[in-house]
Amino acid sequence: MSIMKAEALSVNFDDKMVLEDLSLAIEEGKIISILGPNGSGKSTLLNVLSRNIKPNKGIVYLDGQNLAQLSGKRLAQQMAVLPQSPQAPSDLTVRDLVEFGRFPHQSWWRGKSEQDEVCVSWALTQTGLTQMADRVVSTLSGGERQRVWIAMALAQKPEILLLDEPTTYLDICHQLEIMELLAAFNHEHKLTVVMVLHDINHAARYSDYVAVLQQGQIFAAGKPADVITEHTLREVFRVESEISFDSSGKPMVMIRGLTSINRRSRG
Amino acid sequence: MLNKKIFSCRGTRDRSEWRAFILVIFLLLALGGIALSLSVGALSISLNEIITAIFSDTPGANRQVIWNIRLPRTLVGALVGVNLSLAGAILQGVMKNPLADPHIIGVSSGAGLAGVSIMVLFPHKEYLVTPFAFFGAMLAAIFIYILAWKGGIRPVRIILAGVAVSAFLNSAISALLVFYSDRVHGALMWMVGGLSARSWPHLDIILPYTIIGGILAILGARRLNILNLGDEIARGLGLNVEVSRIALTAVAALMAASAVSVVGLLGFVGLIVPHAARLLVGSDYRYLLPASALLGVAVVTLSDTLARVAFAPIEIPVGIIMAFVGAPFFLYLLRRDA
Repeated sequence: MSIMKAEALSVNFDDKMVLEDLSLAIEEGKIISILGPNGSGKSTLLNVLSRNIKPNKGIVYLDGQNLAQLSGKRLAQQMAVLPQSPQAPSDLTVRDLVEFGRFPHQSWWRGKSEQDEVCVSWALTQTGLTQMADRVVSTLSGGERQRVWIAMALAQKPEILLLDEPTTYLDICHQLEIMELLAAFNHEHKLTVVMVLHDINHAARYSDYVAVLQQGQIFAAGKPADVITEHTLREVFRVESEISFDSSGKPMVMIRGLTSINRRSRG
Repeated sequence: MLNKKIFSCRGTRDRSEWRAFILVIFLLLALGGIALSLSVGALSISLNEIITAIFSDTPGANRQVIWNIRLPRTLVGALVGVNLSLAGAILQGVMKNPLADPHIIGVSSGAGLAGVSIMVLFPHKEYLVTPFAFFGAMLAAIFIYILAWKGGIRPVRIILAGVAVSAFLNSAISALLVFYSDRVHGALMWMVGGLSARSWPHLDIILPYTIIGGILAILGARRLNILNLGDEIARGLGLNVEVSRIALTAVAALMAASAVSVVGLLGFVGLIVPHAARLLVGSDYRYLLPASALLGVAVVTLSDTLARVAFAPIEIPVGIIMAFVGAPFFLYLLRRDA
């Protein structure tokens, strides 16, 4: 069953078409990665799905409801969003930040409830941050900080989590740590994860489905093994590659170089 | 940052104790400022005598001085301190810009042009200065908002529109002062900002804005915290960023407009007090707002006391004292950090 559905989305900034008649269904409890070269519209797509940008045409449905008609709070109770490299005031502690995740569940007159406390400590435990809960976020490493933002999103108790390049600026170990964390959540709590990724191998390894964008349209979408092919890489990313498969049948990409067309056009 | 030094090596409990400690210090400073302002002057009155004079209707000089002159003036100063500090703290949060203050949204230049116009063009109608300054301030703020609107409000656009509109209005003020240079004195005093001869009617003007604005600001504290995480995160947490930003700016504009329309263009408080408070209690608005309000009371009442006695019998406008003493202190706070 699909938890989220985008129908015929079009977005243009001034007269530049960024997304063109794009439709996408996101199945509940799966990990979906959005791939594509720079300027292909993948961040815009994520922004439309998270209601940060209003599409010029088309509708997004979340659980069958029109996204545009949900109240902000209602939406935030169902969906958590983690933008690219968010910034926090320098003196907040880990716990302060994670507690903000409970904002959509609170009201004008009521402060923290017991339920909020439970959710915050649960999110801290799940992300392995309990020991650092009282540390100031600005003293943490990039990987730890990203885990704090994810903990905040989890404290929202969403059904679906949207992330824009969650591993950018992280070293390889911390990249994997974030991917493993998201995979574990998806597995244990059936959390639907939609993310924009740059690393094709991460997408191949951790996603149930992959959508590849090219010039605002979906070039190919489906299981990683069907979508991530030498053909896709050549046509969309303009690189020559060799694809092998690991023991579980997931594709692994080895980039060999730019395509010859590319090289010629540069020369 | 100083905050880091204060908070990084302490646990959450130490941190709340530290905040509570600072809030108590600020409260004592505020009360001390009020007491000092009531007691010091051409006629020195002891604390006991002040209390007697306020609460029992005994005829005498003390009662006259306290009740008719010092008490209303002190209270006006205290409320002006609260209003400008809260307005500044709110605007710095809403605009996510450390230089944001009531000037930025045109409150000062709008009030300035309206007030100065009355003073130099219709000097015999001085009672119109306060209402006109108030409307001038609000008009300028609304005008800046309209100019900055483009499918939503972006803080940078407000700040740029604010700078442009303020420059325009200030040039009009300068032109007025040049053309009517014989009537400049009163206008000049008012533009620096002062509490001289402020009394009960002025208090009645500010008080409702202090109460309502204060309550709305405290209710908005959590929203300000969320706004400080950036627009995208704030939206993701279900905050209506545009509505919150406009509502909070409106609260700040009303508070600042009521203050400057009564005491003139007191700069400084709205910019520096929230910063000083932030350096000491951190950026959590649930603590920052009360801390700014209390520190604002302390700064204005203490500065006004100094303004009255430093060169007695000549009184200096409080705005000058505040900038003169406060700016170096603020620089000290900043340097201590580095």
